[in-house]
Amino acid sequence: MLELLRQILAWFADPAHWTGGDGLLARLAEHLEYSALSTLAAALIALPIGLAIGHTGRGAFLAINATGFGRALPTIGIVTLVFLVSGLSLWPVYIALVVLAVPAIVTNTYAGMAAVPRELRDAARGMGMTGWQRLWQVEVPVAAPLILAGIRLAAIQVIATATMAAYVSFGGFGRYLFDGLAQRDLPQVLAGAASVAVLAITTDLLLAALQRALTPRGLRDTRKEAHA
Amino acid sequence: MRWSWFAGHVDEMAELTLQHVITTVISVGCGLLIAFPLAVLAHRVPRLRGLILGVTSVIFTVPSIALFILLLPFTGLSLTTTVIGLTLYSLVVLVRNIVEGLAAVPPRVREAARAMGYGRARTLIAIELPLALPVIMAGVRIATIMTISLTSVALVIGQGALGQLFADGLQRNFAEPIIAGIALTLLLAVVADAVLVGVQRGLTPWTRR
Amino acid sequence: MIRFEAVTKVYPGGTTAVDALDLEMHEGETTVLVGSSGCGKTTTLRMINRMIEASSGTITVDGRDVATLNENTLRRGIGYVIQQSGLFPHKTVLDNVTTVPRLLGWDKKRTRARAEELMEIVGLPQEMATRFPHQLSGGQQQRVGVARALAADPPILLMDEPFGAVDPVVRTLLQDELLRLQKELRKTIVFVTHDIDEAVRLGDRIAVFRQGGRLVQYSTPAELLAHPADDFVAEFLGAQRGLRLLSLGSLKEVPALPVTTVARDAPAETVAATAAAAGIRWMVAVEADGRPHAWVDAEGNSLPVATVRDGGTLLDALEAVVSSPRGHVVRVDAEGRVAGVSSERDVLRAAAAHRSAVIGDDGQEVAT
Repeated sequence: MLELLRQILAWFADPAHWTGGDGLLARLAEHLEYSALSTLAAALIALPIGLAIGHTGRGAFLAINATGFGRALPTIGIVTLVFLVSGLSLWPVYIALVVLAVPAIVTNTYAGMAAVPRELRDAARGMGMTGWQRLWQVEVPVAAPLILAGIRLAAIQVIATATMAAYVSFGGFGRYLFDGLAQRDLPQVLAGAASVAVLAITTDLLLAALQRALTPRGLRDTRKEAHA
Repeated sequence: MRWSWFAGHVDEMAELTLQHVITTVISVGCGLLIAFPLAVLAHRVPRLRGLILGVTSVIFTVPSIALFILLLPFTGLSLTTTVIGLTLYSLVVLVRNIVEGLAAVPPRVREAARAMGYGRARTLIAIELPLALPVIMAGVRIATIMTISLTSVALVIGQGALGQLFADGLQRNFAEPIIAGIALTLLLAVVADAVLVGVQRGLTPWTRR
Repeated sequence: MIRFEAVTKVYPGGTTAVDALDLEMHEGETTVLVGSSGCGKTTTLRMINRMIEASSGTITVDGRDVATLNENTLRRGIGYVIQQSGLFPHKTVLDNVTTVPRLLGWDKKRTRARAEELMEIVGLPQEMATRFPHQLSGGQQQRVGVARALAADPPILLMDEPFGAVDPVVRTLLQDELLRLQKELRKTIVFVTHDIDEAVRLGDRIAVFRQGGRLVQYSTPAELLAHPADDFVAEFLGAQRGLRLLSLGSLKEVPALPVTTVARDAPAETVAATAAAAGIRWMVAVEADGRPHAWVDAEGNSLPVATVRDGGTLLDALEAVVSSPRGHVVRVDAEGRVAGVSSERDVLRAAAAHRSAVIGDDGQEVAT
C-alpha cells in the first residue's frame, strides 16, 4: 500500500509528467474543455425544459423520471455508437456527456420549481404578475438553490465520465487510465484516477461557493435564523 | 440496419443479459449487506456520520473506468473485480439513503416506542426501518439502475456483460451489437425498477391505502 | 362596488362551491364572508379578482364585468392579502411592498415615497424596509402583506383569513390596526374568516354561507346577532350571541360619574382628610401618572380595581362589572389615566337598553 503511494507521489513529482502534449497540464486543459462545454450545453438544453415543466406543471412525469432514464443509459454504449457513426471526432464524447448531464439538470430544476410554496405563486398571481414575470421575479429566484445544486451534480458526473474520451482515442485524464492499462504502468493509472478525483472535488467546492454566492440573500440564512 | 444480426445472436444476447443480471444482483446485494451496518452506525453516532458519508462520497469521484482498471492487479480479470467496483459504488448511494431514511423517522414515533419499553434494537427493526423503507427503497432503485448502467463499463477489463456488445461493435465496425446492448440495458433497467417498486409496495402495505 | 349576479362555481367532478349567489358589496364598507370550511367563502372572494373563474353568472366591479377585463390589469388594481402573507422570501420588505407600483411602472422617487408612507400606515418602523421576511415575526409579516396590498392604492382590498396564522394577542392588535386603517382610508374590503367574533368586530356587513356555497343571511352585525335568519345561522353564531351583541354597544352609552382620587403614596392622614372632605368612604388611589392602583378607604383598607377603557364596548364594561368588587368600574382614557367611574346598575341598564333597541322590542319588564 505504502509502496503504491510512494509510486504515485513519485509520478506526480516527475516534472516530465507535467509538461508536453501528454503532460498533466495539457490533459487537464482537455478534460476541462470536454467537461465545461458539455455541462454548459446540457444546461442550455435542460434549463428551459426544467423551467417550462416546473412553471406550467405539465410533463412532471417526464421531469421526475428523467434522471432515472439518464442513469440507466450506458454512456459508454452511446460513445461507441456515435463514434461508429461519426468516425474519429469528438462528437461521441460530447453527445454522450450532454445526454448524461441533461436528465440530472432537468430533474433538479423541476424539483426546485416544484418546491416554490403555493402561496407565493398565489400571491404573485393575485398581484397581477404575468406568467413571465412570475417565472423570473418569483419562481426562479426561490428555486435557485436547487437549480444550481442540479448543475453542480451534473458537472461532477460529467468530469468523472469524461474519462470516456480516451476510450475513443482522445485526451483528458482518461488517457492515463487507458495508456497505463496498456503499458501495465500502475502508477500512471493511479495518477490518472487521482487527477480526476481531485478535479472533481475541487470543482464541487468551487461550484458550491458559487451556489452560495448566487443564492438570493433572503433565502440564504433561512435555516440559521430563528425568529419569534 | 441489419435485422438479421439480431436474429442470429439471440443466444449470445440472452447469455450476456443473464450475466448482467447476476452481476447486478450480487453487487447490489453485497452493497446492501455492507451499507446497512455502516448506515446504522452513522445514524447512531452522529460524529461518525460526517466521516462515513464523506469517505463514501470520495469513492464516487473516482471514475468507474479507473476503479475497474485499478482493481485489476489485485483481483485479476474476473467477475470479482467487477463486483467489488460495483459494490463500492452502490455503497455510496445506499449508505446515504439508509441514513436519510432513518433520519426522516419522526422523533415522536421513536419516543413513543421508547415509552412503550422497546429496546434500541427492537425500535430499529420494528419501527425505524419499516418507516424508513420508502427512502431506502428509493436508494436501492437508484443503486440498481446505476449498477446496471455501470456494469457495461467493465468491458474495459473484459467483464462488461452486455457491455461486451459495445466492444464487439466497435471492433468489428457494426452498429447492431451496440444498439442491442443499449436497448437491452435500458430494458433491464425498466424491468428491474418495476420489480423493485412492486417489492416496495409489498413491504409497505400501509402506504397503499 | 362589487356585485354578484347569479354566480355559480361548479368544479369538474360535481362539487358546487358557490350556488347561484346574488350579493352586493357596498363601496367603502367592510363586507365579511363567514361560514365553516367548504362553504364557498374563499371561492367567492377569489372570483372577484378572477383567481377562480365563475362557471356561470356575472361579477361586476363598479359596473364593469370582470370577465371582460384583462386579468392582470384587474389584479393590479385590487389588493390581495392571504393567510401566510405570501411574502417573497428573496426580496426585502421594501421590494415586497413596492411590487405592484413597479409592475405599474411608477418612477423610483414616487415608489420610495409611497413605501415609506405605507410602512407608517401599517405601523412598521422604517428600519424594517431593508430586512428580509424570515427576519420578521408573524405579525410583522402580515403587516407587510397588508402594506403590499395597499401599495398602488387600490379601491378594493381582498383579504383571505389574513390573521389566521398568528396568535390571538397579535390577531387582536392586527384587527385594531385594520379598523383604524379603514377609518382613514375607507376602502371597499372583502374579508373572509371562519371566526364569528372577528366578523362581528370588523364587518360593516356580514354574509353567512353554508355548505354547498349558499348565502343564508346578509346583514349588519347587530341585525345578524339579534335576528338570525334560521337555526343554522343561530348555531353558527354560537351560544354567546347575546353577549356578542353587547360588543357592538359602546361605553359611551353609560353615564360617567365623577370619582375622588388620591395619590397612592399619600400618608394616611391625607387619605382620611380627602375622604372626609368629599363625604365619601371609598376613593381610587392613583399612581403618579394617573393610572388607577386600587380602591382605598380612610381606614387603610384596599380592594382591587377593575378598569374599562373609554373607547371600550358594553361587553368590556360588563366584564369589568363582574370582576369588580365594588360594583363600580373605573373608566380610563387612552393613556390609562382615571377618567371617572360607572355604576354596575348603569352598565346593566345600558346593556338592556342596547339589546332592546337592536332587537326591537319595547323594553317591557317582567315583574313578579
